[in-house]
Amino acid sequence: MSQGKEPNRDPVIEIIGVRKIYDLGEIRVHALDGVDLKIYPNDYVAVMGPSGSGKSTLMNLLGCLDTPTEGHYHFGGEDVAEMSDNELADIRNRRIGFVFQSFNLLPRATILRNVELPLVYAGLDSHTRLQRAEEALTKVGLADRLRHRPNELSGGQRQRVAIARALVNRPSIILADEPTGNLDSRTGEEIMALFEELYRQGNTLIVVTHEDDIAQHARRCVRLRDGRIESDSPTSHK
Amino acid sequence: MRKSWYELAEAIRIALEQVNVHRMRSLLTALGVIIGILAVTLMGTAIKGIDIGFRDSLSMLGNDVFYVEKFPWKDVGDEWMMYRNRPNMKSSYADDLNQIIAGTADSNLVIAVPTVGSRQRIDRDQRNIGGVEVIGTNSDFTLINTGDIEHGRFFTDNEALAGRNVIVLGYDVANTLFPEGVEQAVGKDVRVRNIRFRVVGVFARQGSFLGLQSFDSNGVIPLLSLRKFFVNPWWDTTTIRVKKHPDATIAEARDEIIGATRRVRGLEPGEAEDFEVNQSDMIEKQLGPVKMGIAVAGFFVTGLALFVGAIGIMNITFVSVKERTREIGTRRALGARRRAILLQFLVESCMICLLGGLVGLGCSWGIKSVVTMVAPHFPLVMSMELIVVAVLIAVGTGLVSGFAPAFQAARLDPAEALRHE
Repeated sequence: MSQGKEPNRDPVIEIIGVRKIYDLGEIRVHALDGVDLKIYPNDYVAVMGPSGSGKSTLMNLLGCLDTPTEGHYHFGGEDVAEMSDNELADIRNRRIGFVFQSFNLLPRATILRNVELPLVYAGLDSHTRLQRAEEALTKVGLADRLRHRPNELSGGQRQRVAIARALVNRPSIILADEPTGNLDSRTGEEIMALFEELYRQGNTLIVVTHEDDIAQHARRCVRLRDGRIESDSPTSHK
Repeated sequence: MRKSWYELAEAIRIALEQVNVHRMRSLLTALGVIIGILAVTLMGTAIKGIDIGFRDSLSMLGNDVFYVEKFPWKDVGDEWMMYRNRPNMKSSYADDLNQIIAGTADSNLVIAVPTVGSRQRIDRDQRNIGGVEVIGTNSDFTLINTGDIEHGRFFTDNEALAGRNVIVLGYDVANTLFPEGVEQAVGKDVRVRNIRFRVVGVFARQGSFLGLQSFDSNGVIPLLSLRKFFVNPWWDTTTIRVKKHPDATIAEARDEIIGATRRVRGLEPGEAEDFEVNQSDMIEKQLGPVKMGIAVAGFFVTGLALFVGAIGIMNITFVSVKERTREIGTRRALGARRRAILLQFLVESCMICLLGGLVGLGCSWGIKSVVTMVAPHFPLVMSMELIVVAVLIAVGTGLVSGFAPAFQAARLDPAEALRHE
C-alpha cells in the first residue's frame, strides 16, 4: 500500500477506511467506498479516474472542504473528521493551497490583492501580507504584473497567479484540481514545469487530472474507480 | 481579534468595490432608504424647528410670568359663555395682589402688573400700520417684560401716573413707520387712532414664529392713557401679569397666585375659581398634537419607505449571493470562516443603505437650504442628533435586510459553492 518514497517518515495525510455516502432521498450514493491513502512530505501525486469514480469527492475530502461519512482522515496527525467548521477553515487557510481548473481569481482585484487574500483570513497585517504576496508572485515570475487585474493576463499567467495564491501561506500540501484543464497544451506544459520546480523545492503536490500526459509529471499515480482505489503506483517519470 | 478587523476591512473593501461596479443597481436599490431617510430627517427638522421657533417666540411671554385672566389659553368651545359670564378682571387687582405679596413672608411671587390690550392703527405722515396690539400698563412692566429696549427708554413712573401720551414701539411697527431707521423714531410723534403720542423708545427685534404675536408688532403706552382714549366698555381684556420668584417652583407660585386672587376676588372656600392662571407652556402644549401629527405622518412614510427599501435590499443581496456563489466557495477554500462571509454580505447591504442614507441626508439638507433661502422665517433646524439617528436607521435597515441573504451565504457548503457555475 504505502508507495511513499520515504515510508519511515510520518505522512502529511493519512486516510483510513474512508467512505462518503450521499443520501439523495431514495438512493444512497457511495461516492467513496473504503479508501486508504497516505501522502508523505514532498510527494508528487496524481489522482486519476473517470468521471463518477469519486475523484471530486476525494479531492473535496483531501482539501478539507468536506468531511467523510465514515473513516478517519488525519492531517498532520490531527483528525479532520472531528473538526468544527472553523477549524476546517483554518486548516484550509494555513495548510492547503488550492489551485482550481478555472483559476477562481477575484476579477476586480489586482493580482497582488488576489494573492494576498488567504493572508487576510490568516489575520496577518497589511504590510506582511503585501510583502509575502509579492514574494509569491516573484516565485511564479509575475513580479512585474502586481497591479494588473486578472482580465489583463493570459490564461497561463492567471493560473500562475492562482499558484502564487496557493503558495503564499506556505501550506503543507498544494492541491490542484485539473490545473491545466482550461489551458492549451503548451501553456499547460508551462504550468507543469512550474509544478516540477515547486516539487524540487520540497513542496508536496496533489494533482487531480484525467489526462495521462499530465499525470506522468507526477512521481506517483493513484487511480480511482467506483469509489475505490484501483491502483497506486509510481509513474514512469524519468 | 485583529483577524476580525482584517476581515471587516476586507468586507468593506469588497462592499465598496461591489457598489462601485453596480452603481446604478445600488442607487435604485437604495431608493427606498433614500426616501425613508429623507422623510425621517425632514420630519425631525420640522419638529425641531417648530420647537425652537415656538420657544423663541414664547420667550416674550416669559417662563416665569403668569397671566391671570378671565379666559384660559385654549379653545373653550361650547363653554365660552360660562367664561364670558365671569366677572371682569380689574387692573386694580394688581395693587391688591402686590399688597398681599408684600405682606407674605417668603412670597413665591415678585410683582403683579396690570395690562390691557387694544388693537389700533398707528399713523405717521403718509405711513401707517394697522392691527397693532397697543398695551396699556404701568412702569413696572419692565420688571416682567423679557423684551429689551434697543433705542430710547421705557416710560417713567411719573409719565404712567400722569397718563402722558408716550409710546414704546415694537421693532416692526417702528420699522414700518420709520423706514429711514428705527433709531430715528425716538422723540418723534405718531398718531394712534388720531391721537398724538410721542415715541420714547423702541424694542429690540424679536422675530416671530408662524405669525404668532411678538413685541415686534406691539406698542406700549401708560394704562391711564389707554383707558382715556381707547377703553372698550363691553370687552375688557385686562390681564394681571404676575412674575414668580426665581427660587420658587412653578407649582408653588401658581398656588400662591390662585390663593391671593381668590382673596382679591372675595371667593368663599369651596367656591369655584372665576379666573384663569395662564402660562406660556399652555400654548406650547397645544402644539403637541401638531407635532404629533407630523411625527405620525413622518414615521408612517419612513416606515413604509424603509420597509420597501429593506425588501429591495434583501432581494438584491440574495442576487449578489447567487452571482458570487463561486467566489464564496473560493474564499471558503482559501480559509474564510463562515463569519467572514456573513460579515462580507452584511457589510455590503449596510454599505448600500448607508449610501442611501447619506444621499437622503444630502437631499433633505438641500431642501432645508432652499426653504431657508426662500422663506427665512420658516422654522427648519437640522440637528447633529438627527444626522446620527438617520445614519443609525440606515445602517440598521442594512443589517436587518442583509441578514437573511448573508446567513444563507455563510451556510453554503464550500465544496458545492465551488462547483457552482
